[in-house]
Amino acid sequence: MSEIDLRIAAPVNGSAALRAAGLAAGTILILAAPLLASEYWINAIIVPFLILSLAGLGLNLLTGYAGQLSLGAGAFMMVGAYATFSLQLRVPDLPLPLALIVSGLIAASVGLAFGIPSTRIKGFYLIVSTLAAQFFFEWLFLKFPWFYDGNSSATISLPRGLTVFGLNAETPHGRYYLTLGAVALLTLLSFNLVRSQTGRNWMAIRDMDTAAAVIGVPVTRAKLQAFAISSFILGVSGALWAFAYLGSASVQSFGLSRSYQILFIIIIGGLGTIRGAYLGAAFVSLLPLALDWLFQHLFSGHVDAGLLQNIQKGIFGLLIMWFLVKEPEGLARLLGIRLAARRRLFPSSQN
Amino acid sequence: MSMFLETLIGGLLAGTMYSLVAIGFVLIYKASGVFNYAQGSILLFGALTFVSLTGQGVPAPVAIAITIALLVLMAIAIEKLLLRPLTNRSPMTLFMATLGLSYLIEAVAQGIMGSQVRALDLGIDDLPIFVGDIMISQFDLIAAGVALALGIGLSLLFNRTRIGIQLRGVADDTRAALSLGIDINRIWQIVWAVAGVVGLVAGLLWGARQGVQFSLSLVVLKALPVLIIGGFTSIAGAIVGGLVVGAGESLAETYLGPFLGGGITPWFAYALALVFLFIRPAGLFGERQIERV
Repeated sequence: MSEIDLRIAAPVNGSAALRAAGLAAGTILILAAPLLASEYWINAIIVPFLILSLAGLGLNLLTGYAGQLSLGAGAFMMVGAYATFSLQLRVPDLPLPLALIVSGLIAASVGLAFGIPSTRIKGFYLIVSTLAAQFFFEWLFLKFPWFYDGNSSATISLPRGLTVFGLNAETPHGRYYLTLGAVALLTLLSFNLVRSQTGRNWMAIRDMDTAAAVIGVPVTRAKLQAFAISSFILGVSGALWAFAYLGSASVQSFGLSRSYQILFIIIIGGLGTIRGAYLGAAFVSLLPLALDWLFQHLFSGHVDAGLLQNIQKGIFGLLIMWFLVKEPEGLARLLGIRLAARRRLFPSSQN
Repeated sequence: MSMFLETLIGGLLAGTMYSLVAIGFVLIYKASGVFNYAQGSILLFGALTFVSLTGQGVPAPVAIAITIALLVLMAIAIEKLLLRPLTNRSPMTLFMATLGLSYLIEAVAQGIMGSQVRALDLGIDDLPIFVGDIMISQFDLIAAGVALALGIGLSLLFNRTRIGIQLRGVADDTRAALSLGIDINRIWQIVWAVAGVVGLVAGLLWGARQGVQFSLSLVVLKALPVLIIGGFTSIAGAIVGGLVVGAGESLAETYLGPFLGGGITPWFAYALALVFLFIRPAGLFGERQIERV
């Protein structure tokens, strides 16, 4: 044990200045990114990547930390998007950032409602509850024109565009900073949360909820908290996906395949890690581009789009299985050797 | 009254189609504790292979034989390459692995055999039969008969044959079964192969109904509430669950639908399953889990 202690203690103390410098450099790079990247990169790659990371983060709190498998991530994103639309349309005085927060709260209460069955059932049986949410909201938002304001194409888009406190955020830079702000704040929140009593309760429940109950963890409350907070983040990410990335969204933007995509992000990235959501989202958004590029170069457009889609799907399937067999802790583990050493000190964060 | 009966009977018969899909799940869950999400894709794969072969002029019995052979090979490959390395992992991990598996199978099936809708004719006429003044679909009646026969056949397999008893042993206590010399890997291969054949039967019946296409793999989402209501470990439960869901959906669409604007079938089964779960958390026929700390 002493050997590990030394190894941990030395680098942390020794490189504190280095770390601060790295952090500052990283922050500057992230803030200045729009000046370096082309408009295409911001609109089509960086913004969706950030939003997917946020969604992954939300689901990871529920599935990776609290161990409650959810196949309904898309549903909670959908609630967030439609709530933001309704608020912007019907409460024009509410600025967009506040509308996002209120929509997040609405999504959280919906998540809470669909999380109630988790107090009584667990494991696979719980999939039913989240899938019920998925199908119910797909039906609800399509069936009643009130939700999309009777629009003939049944799509939603912001009535006054993307404005933040009167500033127009419709430009690529505006979208980027809006998304970045939300992602940074919620990441910070999650980061602190998983290190708090709440986060430790979640992990205890994930590892074995009966044992957690025995040692006095408030299981019911912690599970419901996980559902609510996860849905809050998913709701905000859904609103951003609809309005900061797509511009106009419909029920199909948040279908079952979206839910799977978010789940794959956290499996590939790493269940129960914050950085896993980012790594997984980067992987999921870059892999299709890389494959496209590869096939363009290898066969210069002779492969038809349908086949390419199937190849992509097959590769995703293979990767999921490969990760689960070889590296169940995902990319986060592969890239985080330093973190692994620290984990040995705090076994509670290990799956 | 006759309209009520017609809706009820139509729903019950449609429900047996759900049962057929659910039986495939139960088999695998019972023997290996895996919640096999890929059952829907296996179903699609089977039906698609059969349709492609008959489309090439292969006679139907040969096509069936080839498809079954492929399903058996697939079962062996899945066991060797996926299940064996994942032994002793959490059920959640295994579930997610089958999610990946379903992507792979769908991609391969569609990549090779195309994604257009194919018609499948099993030579069963879908003529309505009248009992009194109640109309019953002949096709549904035959499908129900097949589901029932499969259910009985599999129950006999489980309860009367050597393999069936070994299978139950594995399901009951894997370690004890191993120490008694039961070849657990062989058992898994057999179960996955049998589930594949059950999936083929379900795929052919569903395919004849709605055409063979990608959406066929989505029947897995129809089977899930059935499993929840019946319990994951009981074939009888799968059949009863199918009947409950079928009848419930059809009655709800007719009597409740008009008040809610219609189209409620996609989520109604899930709502029904949730209600059942609150009353019986392990399903109607499921075994209650006892946990030790």
